[in-house]
Amino acid sequence: METSELRTAVRERDGVSVIDLAGDLNSSAEAALNEAYATATAGGTGSVVLNFEHADYINSTGIALVVGLLAQARRNGIDVRAFGLSDHYREIFEITRLADFMTIADNEDRALRGPEGNTDA
Amino acid sequence: MTALTRSFRRKLKLRGGATSATDAPIQATPPASAAPEQAPVEIGPTDPLLAYFQSASEAVDIDALELDSPALRELKAAGVKLAVPLVSQGELIGVLNLGPRLSEQDYSSDDRKLLDKLGAQAAPALRVAQLVREQKAEAATRQRFEQELEVARLIQQNFLPRELPDLPGWQIAAYYRPAREVGGDFYDVIPLPDGRVAFVVGDVTDKGVPAALVMSATRSVLRASAQRLIEPGLVLERVNEHLCPDMPEKMFVTCLYGVLDPSSGHLRFANAGHDLPYVKTADGIVELRARGMPLGLMPDMPYEEKEAILAPGDSVLLHSDGVVEAHDPRRDMFGFPRLKETMADAPGGQELIDRVLSDLDAFTGPDAEQEDDITMVTLQRSARALGVSQASNGSVLADFELQSAPGNERQAMEQVGRAVANLGLAPARLERLKTAVAEATMNAMEHGNEYRADRPVSIRVLKSAGGVRVQIRDQGDAGELAEPEAPDLEAKLEGRQKPRGWGLFLIEKMVDEARVTSDGGGRTVELVLRLEGGGDGDE
Repeated sequence: METSELRTAVRERDGVSVIDLAGDLNSSAEAALNEAYATATAGGTGSVVLNFEHADYINSTGIALVVGLLAQARRNGIDVRAFGLSDHYREIFEITRLADFMTIADNEDRALRGPEGNTDA
Repeated sequence: MTALTRSFRRKLKLRGGATSATDAPIQATPPASAAPEQAPVEIGPTDPLLAYFQSASEAVDIDALELDSPALRELKAAGVKLAVPLVSQGELIGVLNLGPRLSEQDYSSDDRKLLDKLGAQAAPALRVAQLVREQKAEAATRQRFEQELEVARLIQQNFLPRELPDLPGWQIAAYYRPAREVGGDFYDVIPLPDGRVAFVVGDVTDKGVPAALVMSATRSVLRASAQRLIEPGLVLERVNEHLCPDMPEKMFVTCLYGVLDPSSGHLRFANAGHDLPYVKTADGIVELRARGMPLGLMPDMPYEEKEAILAPGDSVLLHSDGVVEAHDPRRDMFGFPRLKETMADAPGGQELIDRVLSDLDAFTGPDAEQEDDITMVTLQRSARALGVSQASNGSVLADFELQSAPGNERQAMEQVGRAVANLGLAPARLERLKTAVAEATMNAMEHGNEYRADRPVSIRVLKSAGGVRVQIRDQGDAGELAEPEAPDLEAKLEGRQKPRGWGLFLIEKMVDEARVTSDGGGRTVELVLRLEGGGDGDE
């Protein structure tokens, strides 16, 4: 199994910034993730959606990066949501209680609709 | 030797005037043992006097001779009147130099006839004496050579292990037979502190005492490095660094170095240009390949490191080139294919060595002189039931080491995943085990081993009645784990705790049991996952 450096892409949909993550979320992903977050929030959006569909591997350092991003977003008053997590990583987001502080949606559309949009999932 | 003999023959000796002689007017060339009263006159190879004497048929009147010859001038200066060339089979082998007659009369024709006859008889006699002396000198040289060989043999044998370690569940055998001109073969079996055993087979180019000395140096550095370093590649690197500065020109050392964990059969090895070892497995003969330059040639050489698992019944043969490079009377080489055939037919251990030797003797013929040292070390894992340690630990599904480098926890996940693939774990539980393995491996690499290249992480996967156990061992100072604080997400989000510190928390949540044990040599995290149920009820 090869490790693959995290690649990010930021796009906007329905006034929400979506960060597409691909590769490994580990210690080497810090700069890429911070940069993507800065880009995503530069336009003054109130919500950021993290797309984990192609994030193959998330380790404890990756969790810490998400925690750091979430802490920053809370300070900036930005709502963070996520989708595309495998069952295994969704479980980890629940165990770590990250799921209590960010909406975990089943897919992009539901993530875009926000906390209310996901209640009928 | 040829050059020496020729210059010796041209060294024609002279004694000055025949003052001390009795009434006999003739002074013979003195034997080499007699102290000359005057320095001998040497006739150089280009001196025309040499050709003149060689073709002279009778005694030569020195005063009457006119030649541009340094030797002739010396003879005249020394008062030599008559020279009788001693020629045997067309070769000038000496000269009888005579001073003036005591009676101060010239030499008569009778004197000259007598001298010519004497010269004709003395020449072959002198030649025979010269030959005898040459042979004695050659015999002395030969004797010195034999003594040197004996010294080389002694050095060599002194540095071979006197006994081999006793490994339960394994048979080790070794064989070393020097050629008459002792080569630089060596082997070693080194017990390591953690129960593992290092195996070495090497060959120094060149023969005799120089090879034996380089061999002893190599062996000493290898032994010292083996105790300090775990990775075979690093051991060879270290030995190469030590040997390079002092290695005599055109000499180098080939060497195969392997470390066996007897409990698991895990063999890690590196090779510095030595003949590849063979392993006889249930599926046939395989070669253990790893790249590397011979030792002592160039500094800063890397040595590739490979791994193999020796299953019960497998047998390894380490050998030197004296085996495959032996020739038959038609100068055909024994070669690798024959060695492989012999190995395929023979069981391992001492029997394999005996079979190779008898095949080799049949190939070279009964009277052939052994051309090079022959060295073999065999290592056979018993085909019988598991050893004691395995019985108490359950069966070993995998046992490997990983370099401490960021990202290598992914390899740990994959290898453990493969090892437990046939146990029927539910996919979700397999994912949890892999995450726990990754986190424990990261901890071991970062906190235990501080990402040091010489500190690998050892991972062992065991299956027992209780389930799967994964033991992840570092070589740290066995202090407290670095994450004592339970992670509190709210505190982290509010900046009262650092974002990091999830590793141990995840490990504990992912598996049924996680234990940490420490000893002087490091810390082991053992992860236990039961095969049935799992307590979470979420399968």
